[in-house]
Amino acid sequence: MSILEVKNVGKRFGGLQALSDVNLSVKENTVHAIIGPNGAGKSTLLNCLVGKLIPDSGSVMFDGQSVLGRAPYEINQMGISRVFQTPEIFGDLTVMENMMIPCFARRDGAFALNAMPSVGGQKDVLHKAEAMLEEMNMAEKRNMHAAALSRGDKRRLEIGMCLSQDPRLLLLDEPTAGMARADTNNTIDLLKEISDQRDITIAIIEHDMHVVFSLANRITVLAQGTPLVEDDPENIRGNPKVREAYLGETA
Amino acid sequence: MFGLDTKDTRSLIIVAILVVLAPFILNPFPAASAMAQFNAGYPDLMQKFVIFGIFAIGFNILFGLTGYLSFGHAAFLGVGSYSCVWMFKLLGYNVIPGILLSVVISGIFALAIGYVSLRRSGIYFSILTLAFAQMSFSLAYSVLSNPKFNLTNGETGLQVYANDPQWFHRDSLPDLPHLFGLSMRATHKLEIGAWEFQLNVGYYLCALVMLGCFYLAIRIFRSPFGLMLRAVKSNQQRMNYTGLNTRPYTLAAFVISGMYAGLAGGLLSAVDPLAGAERMQWTASGEVVLMTILGGAGTLIGPVLGAGFIKYFENIFSKINDHVLHSWFAFLPDGIEDFVVFLIHPFIGKGWHLTLGILFMLVVIFLPGGLVEGGQRIGNWVRGRKRRKSKTATKTEPAE
Amino acid sequence: MDAFLLQILNGLDKGSAYALIALGLTLIFGTLGVVNFAHGALFMIGAFCAVTLQRLFSLSFETIDPSQKDFLGNPLKVKTPYLESWLGPDAGGAIIDWSVPLAILFAIPIMITIGFVMERGLIKHFYKRPHADQILVTFGLAIVLQEIVKYFYGANPIQTPAPDALNGVANVGAMIGMDIVYPVWRIVYFFFSVLIIGGIFAFLQFTTFGMVVRAGMADRETVGLLGINIDRRFTIMFGIAAAVAGLAGVMYTPINPPNYHMGMDFLVLSFVVVVVGGMGSLPGAVLAGFLLGILESFASTTWATTTLPGINQIIIYVVAILVLLTRPRGLMGLKGVMED
Repeated sequence: MSILEVKNVGKRFGGLQALSDVNLSVKENTVHAIIGPNGAGKSTLLNCLVGKLIPDSGSVMFDGQSVLGRAPYEINQMGISRVFQTPEIFGDLTVMENMMIPCFARRDGAFALNAMPSVGGQKDVLHKAEAMLEEMNMAEKRNMHAAALSRGDKRRLEIGMCLSQDPRLLLLDEPTAGMARADTNNTIDLLKEISDQRDITIAIIEHDMHVVFSLANRITVLAQGTPLVEDDPENIRGNPKVREAYLGETA
Repeated sequence: MFGLDTKDTRSLIIVAILVVLAPFILNPFPAASAMAQFNAGYPDLMQKFVIFGIFAIGFNILFGLTGYLSFGHAAFLGVGSYSCVWMFKLLGYNVIPGILLSVVISGIFALAIGYVSLRRSGIYFSILTLAFAQMSFSLAYSVLSNPKFNLTNGETGLQVYANDPQWFHRDSLPDLPHLFGLSMRATHKLEIGAWEFQLNVGYYLCALVMLGCFYLAIRIFRSPFGLMLRAVKSNQQRMNYTGLNTRPYTLAAFVISGMYAGLAGGLLSAVDPLAGAERMQWTASGEVVLMTILGGAGTLIGPVLGAGFIKYFENIFSKINDHVLHSWFAFLPDGIEDFVVFLIHPFIGKGWHLTLGILFMLVVIFLPGGLVEGGQRIGNWVRGRKRRKSKTATKTEPAE
Repeated sequence: MDAFLLQILNGLDKGSAYALIALGLTLIFGTLGVVNFAHGALFMIGAFCAVTLQRLFSLSFETIDPSQKDFLGNPLKVKTPYLESWLGPDAGGAIIDWSVPLAILFAIPIMITIGFVMERGLIKHFYKRPHADQILVTFGLAIVLQEIVKYFYGANPIQTPAPDALNGVANVGAMIGMDIVYPVWRIVYFFFSVLIIGGIFAFLQFTTFGMVVRAGMADRETVGLLGINIDRRFTIMFGIAAAVAGLAGVMYTPINPPNYHMGMDFLVLSFVVVVVGGMGSLPGAVLAGFLLGILESFASTTWATTTLPGINQIIIYVVAILVLLTRPRGLMGLKGVMED
């Protein structure tokens, strides 16, 4: 059963055909990696999934419903959460407040004029946020300003914020870009744990082959805006076409 | 208490005590003394303190929490003033319908203006609100004041005339704004020794309303809604990708702060039933911005402090003239006295706006956090010195 | 038809002023990324450069002319400008008469200096601060500048006439066989603006300096990476923008006697022009300036004001709102410029 169906998606920027005829099917409860050399259209594809860009042609179905033409917040409310390449968190707020916001969004929807009750009285949200901080090992940093966190902690916080929404699909955009090896390995472990313990589908765009092959159980290779091949990791490793498109360029 | 935590309850109670005792606190100098000119405890000025306090509290809900800098809030103040005077003209001098209508009408205005302006953010938003305010000013000053359709009475200002209907007016009621017969101008003079204190009905009504506004603002600040507004200021991208629609949040904040401004405008008319277009000018919008940042945008108490500070010094500076200056500096040798007066002269009297502009720049450049932050810095510095003296090497507490 | 053309002409002078101020605003915003709320004050200072020069030229000494009597029968005191006594009544009188155009030469160095001082002394420190702070500090500066001018020149408008030769009216329609009588100075103002606008565009288009500035407006970081000192060029652009606003002010004095708050009146409308034209688009600023000026002039006709009283005072705002609702980016706004 596939949760995300991308069919014949094309996107053009002026003279550049960024995506053409992209087909992609992400199965439920898998970790699906989308890889490809620079400029292959990975980020464009991701932006088409979350509502930041609208493709010129084709369809994107999430759980049987089209996401096209919907605003990012609507798509998120459908069950797709996104982790950014550089962590996007609320830098001026405390870690705890950061964690509470997605919990409110999950409970109250896209907008609620909840102006009179105090935040401290929202026990359900407090408990949920607290539990998620525990899970992310960040409980002792709850009163820190999020901007003061280390890069690795910001990443953990962002992932925790996405998870606290109980998303069906978690999209990660190069989650380990610019990280030291130790941090990268921590992130891999965290993501593994998440995918093992939760009822969640993960789609990950990644450059780092180490990350891809430690996590993914399905891989799509994009090259020049079209999928080259979609297969299991073992087969991708040996695929000559992939080597040519990918490694051939870098080697 | 009242659904607030201890710290907020404490600030509410402190503000309440200050406001109730203001006629005494602000009149520290005996009525006949030379220092009496620095007293601020007379009704006109105290009314301004609390009314502009309401204006600034409301502005802070928008600017302090969401970071959207509106340059057009004076328009709502003006709309509120006009609405209130219209109620006086139609129904009679009771202030309650006027104040209610001013809140409602300014809320509708804010909804319309906010709906358009909030399609953009940042600089665009500021420019749009400024343009709207200027448009409202033009409308009030001339467009809506012609023989065929006179809504604002243009340059003269809107006021109650003898031939207005005033349906509910009875001869037994005062011929000035009143609260169920209690005139806004009714003042009880209390003489204690050399001191004279004035307890004014209009002031206490405004003060009561301000306390209510302050209380509501605290509730909003501490609510999930307030948290969302702060999130808007911090990172809109993350908001959108967390399933939250920022537009209704900012619009709600805009309308709420517009209603605060309208309420302030209504109260201005309630204590002095004359509404003029100059209340809507961009200088008035700039003034509330200054009050808020001078006190400390995003803090609870800051805007109230800022409003009081500005209105007090506006009053004092406007009263000082060269004659007063000469009497102050009489102790200096003649030539130097004249020179000092010459130096200060541009900043006083009608030069208050120059002082205001300089103050504006200084605050933005050196004290973006306003008086509240300045106070915290001084507090930390003093505490730091004490600690160094006692030679305990603990870290400075982070500013709240 | 004649009336139609006349209204277009009527809109051109105000449109020129909007276009020149909006052009400067856009240049500063595009290069330095700063919204300059003090730009209207620069326009106003330019106008007062003309006032100052006229006053300087007219400095006079008094002599008693026994041959003339005033109405009380006392000998008449006659003021003679120093210039006339030094250079002779003809040459001196001509210089006084032409003081507004001559003020251009006087204003250019002054405005560029003010621009440099403003940028180096104040704006520079605000590049990294939030836009709200930039708006606030330049807003404060605008108040200070206009209050200073008010202190020295008073609150009333000051008559500053154009040279006699250019003060009359001309039948500009004669060439095309129509009868359109129009003040000469307004025509001068229009051509002057076109000259300046053309000069700025040529400067940006054809000089290396201009090319670097345009590249910097498009992508500041990349240009910075090429090892080009973009900041210094931007400072110079600020000076130029200040001079443009100042010159617009100098030449505007005969059309509308300057007062201390004229800057803010024009600033708000120029901002609207920038928004309608599209933030960051120089041609958009110019186009929208002229369009809105002409529109305002049509709204000021007797027909329009009797149908909808006061329409002339709000038409620009109404149009701006309509444009913004239908084309949020403005007429010629570029994608990606100030989208947030």
